[in-house]
Amino acid sequence: MDATSFVTFLSAALFVIGALGVLLRRSALLIFMSVELMLNAANLAFVTFAHRWGQLDGQVTVFFIMTIAAAEVAVGLALIVTIFRTKRSTSVDELAQLRG
Amino acid sequence: MQLASSKLRWFLAMADFVPVFILVLLSTGLALLVLLISVLFGPRRRAQNATKLMPYESGMRPIGVAQRRLPVRFYLIAVLFILFDIEVVFFYPWAAAFRALGWYGFANMLIFAALLLVGYVWLWRKGALEWESVDKS
Amino acid sequence: MMINSTDVVAVLPFISVALGSVGLLIADLLIPAERRHVTAWLAAALLLTAAVIALSLLGSPTFEAFGGMVISDPTAFFLDTLICTIGLVTILLTLRYNQVRGILRGEFYILLALSISGMTLVTHANNLLILLLGIELLSIPLYVLCGIARPRLESEESALKYFLTGAFASGFLVYGIALTYGASGTLSLQTAPAAPNVSGDPLLLIGIGLILVGLGFKVAAVPFHLWAPDTYEGAPTTVTAFMATATKVAGFAALLRVLHGGLPGMESTWQPLVAIIAAATMIVGNLAALAQQNLKRMLAYSSIAHAGYALVGVAAHDTTSVVFYLTGYAFTTLAAFAVITAIGSSEGEEMQFLEAYSGLGRQKPLLGAVLAIAMFSLIGIPPTVGFIGKYFVFQAAVAKGLVWLAVLGVLTSAMAAYYYLRVVMVAFIREGSAAAPLPTPSAPRNLAAAISVAAVFVLGVVPALLLSMIGNGMLSTTP
Repeated sequence: MDATSFVTFLSAALFVIGALGVLLRRSALLIFMSVELMLNAANLAFVTFAHRWGQLDGQVTVFFIMTIAAAEVAVGLALIVTIFRTKRSTSVDELAQLRG
Repeated sequence: MQLASSKLRWFLAMADFVPVFILVLLSTGLALLVLLISVLFGPRRRAQNATKLMPYESGMRPIGVAQRRLPVRFYLIAVLFILFDIEVVFFYPWAAAFRALGWYGFANMLIFAALLLVGYVWLWRKGALEWESVDKS
Repeated sequence: MMINSTDVVAVLPFISVALGSVGLLIADLLIPAERRHVTAWLAAALLLTAAVIALSLLGSPTFEAFGGMVISDPTAFFLDTLICTIGLVTILLTLRYNQVRGILRGEFYILLALSISGMTLVTHANNLLILLLGIELLSIPLYVLCGIARPRLESEESALKYFLTGAFASGFLVYGIALTYGASGTLSLQTAPAAPNVSGDPLLLIGIGLILVGLGFKVAAVPFHLWAPDTYEGAPTTVTAFMATATKVAGFAALLRVLHGGLPGMESTWQPLVAIIAAATMIVGNLAALAQQNLKRMLAYSSIAHAGYALVGVAAHDTTSVVFYLTGYAFTTLAAFAVITAIGSSEGEEMQFLEAYSGLGRQKPLLGAVLAIAMFSLIGIPPTVGFIGKYFVFQAAVAKGLVWLAVLGVLTSAMAAYYYLRVVMVAFIREGSAAAPLPTPSAPRNLAAAISVAAVFVLGVVPALLLSMIGNGMLSTTP
C-alpha cells in the first residue's frame, strides 16, 4: 500500500464517520458539523489525487469546495439560530410540526 | 524478489509518515506521564472545603457563569467574517502567480473584488454591520 | 487561456442572470421599502430577457467553451429557456401571495434570480466542478427562500430540513466527484471513463454511484425523497411551486449531463441502477400520495412520482423524452400551485387541506377549471401534455427493452388517477363549505395560470412544436 492509498483510506474513513454522524446525531448543529467533515474528507481526497496525477485540478477544486462550505456555514448557522430563537431547541426530533 | 520490492515500496511510503508516528507516540506518552504524575503527587483525599472546589484554588475569584448567552450579533459578525475571509483563498494563488497572469489576471481579480464589494455594500446598507440598532430592512 | 466571445455566448443566459442578480442587489437598496414590487418586476424583466436570449441561441450548433468546461447544445439552451420561464411565472404568482403574507421582500427576488443563475449553469456543465458549483449556487439561495417566512415555525422547519438533507447530499456529490477524479485523473465528463483501464475501476464505480446518490437527493428520487414532503409543505407556496418545477428540471438537467451528455460507454453500468430507482420512485411516490389530505403535501408526493416517470426516460437513454416530460410536468404543476396560492384568507393563513376546496368549482368556475385541468394533465389524460409526456417516456423505455418499466409506469399512473380525481371531485361535486374563503383577486396570478394552462393544451395538441426546439438531445462530443 503506497502513500496515496493510505491517505485515500483515511479520507474514506473520515467520510464514513461524517455520514454516520449525520444519520445518528440528533442535534442540528452536530449534523451540520458532520456534513462539514464529509466535505473535508473530499478535500483530502482531492489533494491526494491531485498529487497522484501530478495535476493542479484537484487542488483548485479544493478552493471551490472550501468556498461552498463557507457559504453553507453562513446559511446553515443563520437557519439554526433562527429556529433556535423560535423554538429554543436545535434537536431535529423536536421539529415535528410537519409530518403526515 | 517481487514480494521484497513491494515490501520495500511500502516501507518507503511509510517513511513519509514517520514524523506523524513520532508525534502521536510523544503526545500519547506525555498525556499518560502527566496523568501518572498527578496521581502520584496530587492530594489523595477529596477536597472538603469550598476553596478546594473553586476553579482557581488560589487565583482570581470567578465572575458570573461560564455558559453565558451571547447576543446573536456575535454570530452574525462571525458568519460575515467567514464569508469575507474565504476570499483570501482566491487572492493567495493569484498573488503567487501575479507576474505570470499579468493584466489579464488583474482584471479578473478586479471583477471578483467588485462582486465582493457589492455584497459588502448591500450588507452595510441593510444595517448588518450596525452593532446597536435593529435591522432596517 | 483568454476568454473569447464564443465562450461568453456559450453561457450567455447564465452570465445575464448572474450579473442581473448583482444589479438587482444594488437596485433593491435604492427602492424604498414600501415599493418592493418594483424589485419583483425588475426580476421578472431580467428573467424575460434571459429567456429570450436563451431562445434566440437555440439554433446554434453544439460547441464546447472555456476549454471544455462548459458545453452548449440546443437541449441546454432549451432548458435555460424553460427554467427562466418557470421563474417568470413564479414571480407572477408571488406578487399577491407574498404581499398578503408579508414576505414581499427584495431578498426574495434576488435569491430567486441567483438560484436560477445556478440552474442555467448546471444545464451547460461539461465538467464535474462546474456541475458542483451550479448545483450549490441553485441550492443555497433555496435554503434561505424556504425559511423566508420566518418567524413562522413551519417555514423555518422546512428550511432547516431542506438545508440539512441538501448539505448531506452535497457531501455525497462532492465525495463522488473526488473519487471519479481519483480514478480517471480528470474532471471532464467527456473523458473521465475514456482514460485507459479506468471504466471498470471500482473507484470510478463508487464515485459515480455517490454522484447519483447526491443527484437523487436533489430530484427527490426514492429512497432519497424523505425531505421533500416536509419541505414542500412548510415552505411558502410560491417557493414550493418554484422548487417542485425549476429545481426538479435543474436536478434532471444535472443527471442528464452526467449520464447522457457524459460518461460515454458506461450506459450498461448505470442503466439497471437508474431503472430500479425509477421503479421504486413511481411506486412509493404514488402510494404515499394516496393517503394525503393536504393538497400541498399530496403535490409533494406527486412530484416524487413524476420524478420516477422522468427517470424512466433517463434509464432509456432518451434525453428528448425526459426534457419534454419535465416541460409538461412543470407547466401542469405551476397551474396547480396557481390555484393553491389563490385560496387563502387575507390574514395569510392558507388553505392547504382538501376540505377547503369543496365547492370551488361552483363558486369560482375558472379557478376550479384550472385545478381540474392540472389534475387531468398530472394523470395523463389526452389532450393534455401529461398524456404525451408519459407516452414519450414509456415509448422510449419499450424501445430500449425496458418493457417492465413501461408497464409499471402505466399501472402506477392508473393508481394515481384515484388521488388526482378525488381533488376534482371535491372541487366540483361536493357542496361548498361556508368556511371556505374566497380567493383574493390578482391579475398577475391569473396571467400565470393562463400561461400554464395554455402551455398544457398547446404542448398536448402539437408536441412537435417543442420537440423541434429540444433538438436531438445531448451528444457526447468524443466519438
